[in-house]
Amino acid sequence: MKKLSVKSVVAIGIGAALFFVLGKIAIPSPVPNTNISLQYSVAAVFATLFGPIAGLLIGFIGHTLIDATSYGPWWSWIIASAFFGLVVGFATMKMHVEEGVGKKEVIFFNVAQAIAHVLSWGLVAPVLDILIYKEPIEKLFAQGLMASVSNIITTGVVGTLLLLGYAKTVVKKGSLTKED
Amino acid sequence: MAKVAILSYINRKSLVHELTGTTKLIFFILWSVASMVTYDTRILIGMLFISVLVFKASRIRVRDISVVLGLAAVFLVLNNFFVYLFAPEYGVEIYESRDVLLQIAGPYTITAQQLFYHFNMTIKVICVVPVALLFIACTDPSEFAASLAMIGVSYRVGYSVSLALRYIPDVQREYQNISQAQQARGIDLSSKDKLFTRLKNSVAILLPLIMSSLNRIETVSNAMELRGFGKEKKRTWYVQRRLKRNDWLVIGFVVIVLVVDLVVTFWDGSRFFNPFL
Repeated sequence: MKKLSVKSVVAIGIGAALFFVLGKIAIPSPVPNTNISLQYSVAAVFATLFGPIAGLLIGFIGHTLIDATSYGPWWSWIIASAFFGLVVGFATMKMHVEEGVGKKEVIFFNVAQAIAHVLSWGLVAPVLDILIYKEPIEKLFAQGLMASVSNIITTGVVGTLLLLGYAKTVVKKGSLTKED
Repeated sequence: MAKVAILSYINRKSLVHELTGTTKLIFFILWSVASMVTYDTRILIGMLFISVLVFKASRIRVRDISVVLGLAAVFLVLNNFFVYLFAPEYGVEIYESRDVLLQIAGPYTITAQQLFYHFNMTIKVICVVPVALLFIACTDPSEFAASLAMIGVSYRVGYSVSLALRYIPDVQREYQNISQAQQARGIDLSSKDKLFTRLKNSVAILLPLIMSSLNRIETVSNAMELRGFGKEKKRTWYVQRRLKRNDWLVIGFVVIVLVVDLVVTFWDGSRFFNPFL
């Protein structure tokens, strides 16, 4: 395995801290007793910027800290969070945000995050829940569907805007033109 | 933003505090594995009993963690409710018998099997809660990275974890500052606004937060690079402690628990203990 660079080590640490803080902040959603999870938008942006391993560890460390400080760890969903970061990181490996974000990148990012959310909450989390906690399938897939839809919308809106905002601040290659 | 209830390190003198971080980490991981594997009622009750004893030994008071316990209770109640809502006959399926206790309406009846399933599901979660909470409340955060390194996790990952623990308060403070500044400019996140507006408003807070975090990443990683982080294969830790007699006893004990758990669970080929047949 390739060694993590110093920058990734720090990005994982601070990314996980962001994930934790945003996970603890409750922004009410229209469905009672659920909150908008902003942390996945930030995880997706960090996975795009720093790669799959960073995405995986940000999800894993951040979610474990959230669970361990609120009600004991629920491992299946922690692993699903880590999986989400990994998939987004892999899918966007070829994307170079530093060179500007256009229509193509936005579509690509959103397809990647939608696939990652569906796989994490519609497949990984329920399957692990069945293996570990042996909960009834009907409940798990209803839960997974709810989580995927709300997370895809949140990450789609917030994540995309964050990515666009970030790209605007980066000075592009060849942005200076010679005056005639 | 209301003050968030976050469980953190509580420094007291007790048997649990004296154990090294490594021991507590191993205990916590193996204990979680043991509870995940089994659904055997006898083992779960045994584990629940032990975890309460450990909690007593730690001299952490219930009052210290009451908020967290409340959250855990809400979570469990909701989870049980949804399981029953979607699968009222699930217990019957698992325990292969059906004793109706009460008829409610339509498919919703209360059977002894369903109640027993809920009971098992609940204690399966509850027997890990005290151990997880104690792990956070009794482990000095600065010892944590050293413990991860001791059980074989790469020190880079261990360092990421300690950076996360170190920067959580900073990120939180920054979030609060930005959020208050934006609220003063009329940006609202509460349920008074429409959902889509709320999402868009959150970007006004998150974007500055991410920008400053990226700057911070730059500064911290430059500082670490200058000090030669990651040059060597290994790393020593200032707070690392050697395992003492009690540590070995505790590790031995949790290994025995896991072995007993695996043997009993897989002896008869079923994860469930079935008193109905």
